[in-house]
Amino acid sequence: MTLEELKRIKAETLPQISMRHTHTVENETVYKHQVLICGGTGCTSSGSNKLIDEFYAQIKAHGIDNEVQIVRTGCFGLCELGPIVIVYPEGVFYAQCSIENVKRIVEEHIIGGNVIDDLVYHEKTTGEVKEKLSDMQFYKKQNRVALRNCGVVDPEKIEDYIAFDGYQALAKVVNEMTPEQVIDVMLDSGLRGRGGAGFPTGLKWKFASGNRGNVKKYVCCNGDEGDPGAFMDRSVLEGDPHSLIEAMAIAGYVIGADQGYVYVRAEYPIAVKRLTIAINEARKMGLLGKNIFGSGFDFDMEIRLGAGAFVCGEETALMTSIEGHRGEPRPRPPFPAVKGVFGKPTVLNNVETYANIPQIILNGAEWFKSIGTEKSKGTKVFALGGKIVNTGLVEVPMGTTVREIIFDIGGGIPNGKKFKAAQTGGPSGGCIPASLLDTPVDYDSLMAIGSMMGSGGLIVMDEDNCMVDIAKFFLEFTVDESCGKCTPCREGTKRMLEILTKITDGKGEDGDIEKLEELANTIKTSSLCGLGQTAPNPVLSTLRYFRDEYEAHVYEKRCPAGCCKNLLQVVIDPDKCKGCSLCSKKCPVGAISGQIKSPFVIDQSKCIKCGVCISSCKFGAIYKK
Amino acid sequence: MENMINLTIDGVAVSVPEGSTVLEAARAAHINIPTLCYLKDVQQIGACRLCLVEIEKQRGLPAACVMPVAEGMVVRTNTPALREQRRVNLELLLASHNRECTSCVRSENCELQALCREYGVKEYPFDGAKKETYVDEVSPCVIRDNSKCINCRRCIAACNDVQQIGAIGVSKRGFKTKIGPIFDFSLAQTPCVNCGQCIVACPVGALRERESIDDVWAAIGNPDKYVVVQPAPAVRASIGEEFGLPMGVAQTGKLAAALRRLGFDKVFDTNFGADLTIMEEGNELIERLTKGGALPMITSCSPGWISYCEKFFPEFIPNLSSCKSPHEMEGAMVKSYFAEKMGIDPKSIVVVSVMPCTAKKYEAARPELSNNGMQDVDYVLTVRELARMIKQAGIDFAKLPDEGFDAMLGESTGAADIFGATGGVMEAALRTVYAKVTGKELDKVEFDVVRGTEGVKEASIDLNGTVVNVAVAHGTANAKKVLEAVKNGEKNYHFIEVMCCPGGCVTGGGQPIVSSKDLQYVDLKKVRAQALYNEDAGKALRKSHENPAIKALYDTYLGEVGGHKAHKLLHTTYSQKDKYYC
Amino acid sequence: MALTPEQIAVKTEELKAFIAEHKDMPGPLMPIMQFAQESFGYLSLENMIIIADSLGIPVTEVYGVATFYAQFSLTPKGDNIISVCQGTACYVKGGAQVLARVEKELGITSNETTEDGKFTIQDTRCLGCCGLAPVMTINEDVYGKLTADMIPAILAKY
Repeated sequence: MTLEELKRIKAETLPQISMRHTHTVENETVYKHQVLICGGTGCTSSGSNKLIDEFYAQIKAHGIDNEVQIVRTGCFGLCELGPIVIVYPEGVFYAQCSIENVKRIVEEHIIGGNVIDDLVYHEKTTGEVKEKLSDMQFYKKQNRVALRNCGVVDPEKIEDYIAFDGYQALAKVVNEMTPEQVIDVMLDSGLRGRGGAGFPTGLKWKFASGNRGNVKKYVCCNGDEGDPGAFMDRSVLEGDPHSLIEAMAIAGYVIGADQGYVYVRAEYPIAVKRLTIAINEARKMGLLGKNIFGSGFDFDMEIRLGAGAFVCGEETALMTSIEGHRGEPRPRPPFPAVKGVFGKPTVLNNVETYANIPQIILNGAEWFKSIGTEKSKGTKVFALGGKIVNTGLVEVPMGTTVREIIFDIGGGIPNGKKFKAAQTGGPSGGCIPASLLDTPVDYDSLMAIGSMMGSGGLIVMDEDNCMVDIAKFFLEFTVDESCGKCTPCREGTKRMLEILTKITDGKGEDGDIEKLEELANTIKTSSLCGLGQTAPNPVLSTLRYFRDEYEAHVYEKRCPAGCCKNLLQVVIDPDKCKGCSLCSKKCPVGAISGQIKSPFVIDQSKCIKCGVCISSCKFGAIYKK
Repeated sequence: MENMINLTIDGVAVSVPEGSTVLEAARAAHINIPTLCYLKDVQQIGACRLCLVEIEKQRGLPAACVMPVAEGMVVRTNTPALREQRRVNLELLLASHNRECTSCVRSENCELQALCREYGVKEYPFDGAKKETYVDEVSPCVIRDNSKCINCRRCIAACNDVQQIGAIGVSKRGFKTKIGPIFDFSLAQTPCVNCGQCIVACPVGALRERESIDDVWAAIGNPDKYVVVQPAPAVRASIGEEFGLPMGVAQTGKLAAALRRLGFDKVFDTNFGADLTIMEEGNELIERLTKGGALPMITSCSPGWISYCEKFFPEFIPNLSSCKSPHEMEGAMVKSYFAEKMGIDPKSIVVVSVMPCTAKKYEAARPELSNNGMQDVDYVLTVRELARMIKQAGIDFAKLPDEGFDAMLGESTGAADIFGATGGVMEAALRTVYAKVTGKELDKVEFDVVRGTEGVKEASIDLNGTVVNVAVAHGTANAKKVLEAVKNGEKNYHFIEVMCCPGGCVTGGGQPIVSSKDLQYVDLKKVRAQALYNEDAGKALRKSHENPAIKALYDTYLGEVGGHKAHKLLHTTYSQKDKYYC
Repeated sequence: MALTPEQIAVKTEELKAFIAEHKDMPGPLMPIMQFAQESFGYLSLENMIIIADSLGIPVTEVYGVATFYAQFSLTPKGDNIISVCQGTACYVKGGAQVLARVEKELGITSNETTEDGKFTIQDTRCLGCCGLAPVMTINEDVYGKLTADMIPAILAKY
């Protein structure tokens, strides 16, 4: 592959697919319409594969299979409304598309030229009809850099990627730049690791770049996205795998490595499949392998599958796992830049970090620096989940406030409930209460309020969520996922969980909260790796902002959110009860008794709080307190 | 000249070689940093988090045991925050630890207990789940009690890294992390060779030997039994440590006196068996060299090594010397020669061996090591068990007079003493083989080339024109190295000495346990070996074939060295064993 | 689906061939174990011994890895694998209640297999379709936006 060949492929492919950006058909000889269907995990789960088959069947049946191209893309972001279909050149967005709708889209829209109003996306909050992606609230405030190609290209077609300037950054780097120059650009851009800790990427590369050419080195990618509720990396792998391959090759050139490893969760089968296809395509084109772009630079890579251990997201654990051992972290120093995989100098970045790099090379550090805040440059991808209207994937400039993300992009809280807290950083992070909704999202601001950027999970909780229970949820996770090597994490998180369980069971005692704090501090400061050091964060941050909830559990034996079962009482309001006896008949444990036509009562010692009586009462007389 | 690094620890300036850890530097500055998972030369993983220190301009709290020193480093090891953390982490370890300390075999020699006392742990603030536990009591030698395990992994490092056996490992994760064999198997079902290195590595009471103390007391108390005892060469090198006597000083006289006071009917010495072994093994070597037979010939004194060979390198079984190990030879002689001369019914004789070894317990029960339906040796006590018995008997060991061993099977030469150190069997054999082959006696009996603690030692010895290539390996990992070199033709040896435990019997799995803290300051292998070399040097007779009692044995009972009777009583066989029994 | 002795013999040969092909790559253990897990549905002692012996490592190391990662199983799994997502997004929307109902209906807890070998419940952290929370998968089938009451009807399909 030469630069000329790359340009030729671009020139050939771009006109065919440019309508996805320009919304006009530039070349009458190619397709008149393109139907992009999301093939991300979310939409695949919602049945998008059957949709694709149906589209093929329909265009064939109508004899327009030469005019319409069906493309399976990666994630569009708005997973809540999957399966998602976009019809170009108009760029009309059809959400929750059913098999039956396919025929209508083909006949009415593609052939008839009419946008189908009742099928297009309606703004959930306002009910407004939004035909196009770019008009939607969800996309308006986003700035897609890492996700630029997700939902736009066919991830299984390298030509699509090349058409949108793919592999030009690699060509530029290996032919026109010295490794030092690349490092300077990276340093200048201010790009920081998107995996959580935010270490400057350029600095990482610089540390690993010494003694180039004389020692074996490795470039690794952390695709072990373990935060339960985050799927940014998966979306890049599924939607734009070539950006990762290109960036890793660039890193290989910079530090002098000829081998890369991508460590991907085995739980991501679609991502693994697409990345495998992409690597093979890149090899076939000579974009991986020997003498890339005739520069004399060799680089190849392989996939290593994770096997279900959250701790392997920690860099030393990941490398230990690649070597084929239990994924236990090792003490640093030595740092990976000195002694990494197989004891060799190694650079490890996460997927999203890599996805930014080709753009930085092509557009320059100045461009990247212009996005974001003073200390956090560029954009960040978040996986919005929980009690939020628009669940999905968003990419916003650093510095966007939490409020903007949740309310403007995410559409706020469903069912008229009140926002209580947002959780970022998963099991390592903390919560953001309503009072801090205007916190700008950047590494340092989040750290200052006791949360962290993390890999980008952002889970919204409403008034029905108990913060002690949420802290317990995360601790359960950590106890399960602790590698068991160091004392504080192995033993301490278990004791914290036991205390939290005691509290949510209504058995909390005076001193329990203090004990939690003492343990949290020891675990935070004395654990071996990042997992242990951050494990207490969910407790510390909920204690910081919701201490009153803890105290209500411990001292008043009350769960203010009405969530902790053992602290609830189901009671009958005697004023509303008509004495119909229906509830007592429905009660599975015979806890309700009374005289017909006079108020019934619940025997609290028998009640299992199943709530059947509440839903059976026609007078709304039964409630939890 | 090593590059020296200057740093300050708790205000003390210290200079240490480049590459040292902060822990080592602190030791040099006479500052003690607490450790649990650290064991010098065995394990450095920074897992227990007790050795955390503060280092100026350094983020977080590095573990001293793995943190390399750097020029100008300013370290603090003793701040209120560090002390607090150490206390909480100790409390956490105690919370899931089976705290039956008063009845624990390691009480008062427990590193966890000692640290809890130092850090003022007064209460147990967490009463939640304990570890899933089971006690493995199936193995004839090693008992594992996971309820006391603190997951420090020192045993695994000893088994897997040092010995390269891998009978135990770490499984599961988080709070469920467990140390032990696969599938909760008993050690008896695993590749375990019973070396007991895990026991001496364990900081707490999670690993211990199977005790024979009660059986031995019962035999002594039984008027119908004639109870004979024999301590191995290496026992005299270490027994004093159990009673506060200095390390590296042999207590042979007090040992004999103590054994007599325990009530044994005869106090013999395995040293006699060692001299006897040299006679038979030396002869076997000469036969194989001159008349043919599997070469290299490999020593067979160490039962851990025998198990290792049977499980890991069965193709070398023909190379093993057919000689029984010294205490088995001694036992066989007690129940035949001695019984006959004294007119005692051998069935009433109970032979007790005091060994630096746990594998000897397994060896004593091997069906091959018996005669006329009687095991050559009935019970094996470790040095630790003997010390417990001496304490139970109220004997003030340190104040005992020096006594000798009983005649007939108690006399020995210096060659027997050095059996307890790596290279010792080789050296003792060479002293005798040299004389047998050349017809001349050595002027200088010391073979310095086979002394010392290097993993594999090699030498070529000229026996009057015949050059014999020898190798000495201690620890099964080194044995593996040597055997593989032989196997793929890289090396051509005639005679190999293998001892299962690193350092040989002086640091065997049945020896007194020295804490990891003390091991930072002393090279145990060297110090205990020196005690034996001193014993040897102090003896008038230093070659096995010069032992008059041995001569008497052959003259009056066995007949020829390597003859028919000797073969029947003093030689044995081996067979391939599976690594896993399910 | 218990394997027949013939199937085991064939698969064992396949495993040995895979090992021969991969044993010299850097860090071969996990890919080999993943192959065995995929092929047999679990890691038997026999297979762990084959793997350990051919790589020249102790079986304890293979076992240590097998029990560390959630993907590996030491016992055969049921015909239908149920994964109820316990990721954060599903949890805040009631994933725990869904799991509790599945456990109640089948009379087993997470990481267990029903006596008839029909179902195994598998611990799952985030299936990655947070938009459909709470989510459960049975084999390849995805069920989203669940409530506990929907469970009996879904299970009845298998």
